[in-house]
Amino acid sequence: MTFPILTSLVAVPIVGAILLLFIGNRNEERAGLVRQIALVVSLVVFALTLLLWARFDPGSPEYQFVERAEWIPAFGIQYLVGVDGISVLLIVLTAFLTPIALLSSWGSVKKKTKEFSIFVLALEAAMIGVFVSLDLFLFYVFWDAMLVPMYFLIGVWGYDRRIYAAIKFILYTMAGSVLMLVAILGLAWVHQQQTGAYSFELTRMFALELAPRMQFWFFLAFALAFAIKVPLFPFHTWLPDAHVEAPTAGSIILAGVLLKMGTYGFVRFAFPLFPEAAMYFAPFISALAVIGIIYGALVAMVQPDMKKLVAYSSVSHLGFVVLGICAMNVQGVQGAVYQMIAHGVSTGGLFLIVGMLSDRRHTRLIAEFGGLKHPMPRLTAVFFVLTLSSIGLPTLNGFIGEFLTLLGAFMRDWRFAAFATTGVILSAIYMLWLMQRVYYGPVTNEKNAALPDLSAREWAAALPLVAAAILMGVFPTLFLRPMEPAVTRVVQRVTVSQSVNVKNGGAPAAVAVAAPAAGER
Amino acid sequence: MLNSTFAAIVPIVCVTLAALAAMFAEAFRARGERMPIGTLGLIGLAFACAGCVALWGRNASSFGGTVLADNFGLFICLTLVLVGVLTIALSGPTIERENLPAGEYYALTLFAIAGMMLMALATDLLLIFLGLEVLSVSVYVLTGLRRDDPASTEGGFKYFLLGAFSSAFFLYGIALAYVLTGSTRLDRLGAFVAEQGMDVSPMMLAAVGLLLVGFAFKIAIVPFHMWTPDAYEGAPTVVTGFMSTGVKAAAFAAFVRVFLSALEPMRADWMPVLWALSILTMVLGTVVGVAQTNLKRMLAYSSIAHGGYMLVGLVAANEVGKAAILFYLLVYAVTNLGAFGVIALLGTRERANDELRDYAGLWQSRPGLAALMTVFLLSLGGIPPMAGFVGKWYIFSAAVRAGYYDLAIIGMLTSVISVFFYLRVVVMMYMAEPAHGVTRPAPSALAMVALGFSTVAIFYLGILPTRVLNLAASSVSTIF
Repeated sequence: MTFPILTSLVAVPIVGAILLLFIGNRNEERAGLVRQIALVVSLVVFALTLLLWARFDPGSPEYQFVERAEWIPAFGIQYLVGVDGISVLLIVLTAFLTPIALLSSWGSVKKKTKEFSIFVLALEAAMIGVFVSLDLFLFYVFWDAMLVPMYFLIGVWGYDRRIYAAIKFILYTMAGSVLMLVAILGLAWVHQQQTGAYSFELTRMFALELAPRMQFWFFLAFALAFAIKVPLFPFHTWLPDAHVEAPTAGSIILAGVLLKMGTYGFVRFAFPLFPEAAMYFAPFISALAVIGIIYGALVAMVQPDMKKLVAYSSVSHLGFVVLGICAMNVQGVQGAVYQMIAHGVSTGGLFLIVGMLSDRRHTRLIAEFGGLKHPMPRLTAVFFVLTLSSIGLPTLNGFIGEFLTLLGAFMRDWRFAAFATTGVILSAIYMLWLMQRVYYGPVTNEKNAALPDLSAREWAAALPLVAAAILMGVFPTLFLRPMEPAVTRVVQRVTVSQSVNVKNGGAPAAVAVAAPAAGER
Repeated sequence: MLNSTFAAIVPIVCVTLAALAAMFAEAFRARGERMPIGTLGLIGLAFACAGCVALWGRNASSFGGTVLADNFGLFICLTLVLVGVLTIALSGPTIERENLPAGEYYALTLFAIAGMMLMALATDLLLIFLGLEVLSVSVYVLTGLRRDDPASTEGGFKYFLLGAFSSAFFLYGIALAYVLTGSTRLDRLGAFVAEQGMDVSPMMLAAVGLLLVGFAFKIAIVPFHMWTPDAYEGAPTVVTGFMSTGVKAAAFAAFVRVFLSALEPMRADWMPVLWALSILTMVLGTVVGVAQTNLKRMLAYSSIAHGGYMLVGLVAANEVGKAAILFYLLVYAVTNLGAFGVIALLGTRERANDELRDYAGLWQSRPGLAALMTVFLLSLGGIPPMAGFVGKWYIFSAAVRAGYYDLAIIGMLTSVISVFFYLRVVVMMYMAEPAHGVTRPAPSALAMVALGFSTVAIFYLGILPTRVLNLAASSVSTIF
């Protein structure tokens, strides 16, 4: 038997969290030890994901490293995990951001360090679990279980309005996801009717014959859950609260990974499971995405609070991702997945720097700052690189994703692309304006004159992000190549069953490579 | 004994003997002498448990088939044994603190369990009624056991008055059924109902309606739930946990037996009513629960809502639904007793400490209890990987399978609302500043063991539910 790498990715953080449980730290007497253990555990997980990535076969569209075990046999529920080119990168991203999040909290989380570290590790396990699950029941378990640690992170270690934000976050996301559970149960029942046995296995669901009406409702149930998570306009109202009130570590993970679960859900579940309904709804979702792109950018522009500005910029950026997915061609979806990773790196980084400023000054209001370039040139440089990557400067990571999604959207319907492109310009405006107001000009506020620059620990947190942003911009193939087969397969499954209109959803393997010209890039 | 004609009542006899022993022990106890009366109860329950296991799969019957120890009934009996053990383990501090008469307390608890078991195993309407009365009278007294406390007396009295009414309804229903069929046995009733076909007589409808009211009252289904919040708030906290789980389990067992086997052919007549009642129960239980500031009242409304979820399994009326009810009852028993146990442990002689604000900052002073309470509440809210999630998933998959998407959707949405009020407690415990002037008594070791056991059970049933699910599924095949 081969080494169960995916299971260990989920298990290592849990084991780490349980280990921490037994360390007595009532009065923070062992806070340093707790932090170090948590960091080491998260670094081990990251090393494992790098190993996973290295051993991943980029040429194959199939699920790899599959592990399968019976869980609740009476209902065909399995412990079934595996990765393809789409999820493997998201797992790497998750494991990449978690140590950074832990490092970011090194100075700012001073109470209950042990519980904080436990929740971060539990969250990491659940997030990786979401990305590796190939059984709908297992997926839902991780999807819901993830809410609890995030709820505690926001509610206990957040800023002033943390309780409100935490409750809003958990209720909003749960309300969306329970309908998805009903749809999952419905799918399992349809599977039972058509094949005589229950199953929650994702790939088996593709073979089902779903009545159009059923597709319609099931897709809506799935899409609602994912749209809230993304968040798609008009379901985004939980996001600014949660982002702003969360501690820095929470914001990094929220923006970096949690939002991607919504878009990942669209690519992995909602579109392939219900192709006809999905393509019927795609123009509407695209329209919402475009509204989100422009709306998010406009609202970001007028925020007085840096963290809120970055939060709204996420609404805008995630709109591109959804737009690329709705285009449902190889360029669009590849761009979308690429943009998910890129956004995780750049926005995670922006939240990190904003958190550092907030740690130093205990305020995040833009008006309080100005001329920070003089006392802290290094921090300014890091922020500048991340800003440029966020607004999509070529040779940095944001450009590739936005370009590909827009290209894909253009091929589907040029009008969406045309409107969405304004978002690129707007993002340049609000981010550069932020840069100017916070970092350039004279030091207007006395308190900012002697702020310390990046410490060694902060360097350790920020440098990997900058490196990743440059790496992704210069060598996009490194990331695009492994995802291509998987993306092509998703696109084929959705569009083939759409154009041929085969009722049984058509095994894509049986149909020769048909519609979209793959690898045009 | 297992092959005699009394085989089926072995578990009931064990519990009854323990109850009698407890009463005698109390009578012969010298004033001020401490006696391990609770241990007597635990021994009786252990024997009852052994009896259930020995009877498993044998379909033993007694008294001409009016008491039937089929696996369905035995599963409920085992759940009741668990309820009893947890209740007794958690009761110690309460009895000490409130100066309750220990002998009476344990004897009544055990008599109530005996009645519940009878209700679960009986296949004759009159015997079901007998069990119902035994458990009801015991629980009325337990509710009003704190005689110097007006709330307790009020709750007990309210419960008694309304309960007496509902018993009368139930008895009237039995009488009407007897007039029509000439028997109170469920198999005769079932044969009669099957024979009458589509042509249902008004008298039969009246009988079914009256029986329904009787059950609905015990399970606290809206609109027969009025007694619940007062009785739950007034009763000693552990007793509240006991009656919210045990009474529900027993009443649901008989409910399923009567409606899903004997009255099954008349499904078209009673199904719409139950469908509407289950929606009402789920919605009202959660919506009113949101407005509560007292933890016991809040959990009272939450228990109404959980009764609604279980009713969904009954409405689905398929094998999955029946098994789901069994599984849910077990999960609910473990979880709810745990939650009430935590509340009971935090009470002091002066104050019950059961207001929401009393929980402020519990994390700081009693991190262990706060963590346990969080597990219980999240499980009640149905969040994976806790057992409550698997229970809800099971119930609603039964509903979806039967085509009741509406019930599944309403159930899921109400459970999100319920998460809101469960989380309010969590917010208080973890995110609010510690309340001043609240003394936190040190929890007893036995009680902590019981709570720890509940937690382990919750995670076990939530992560590895297969064995128990299969057990539940296999035990409904032999129903009736």
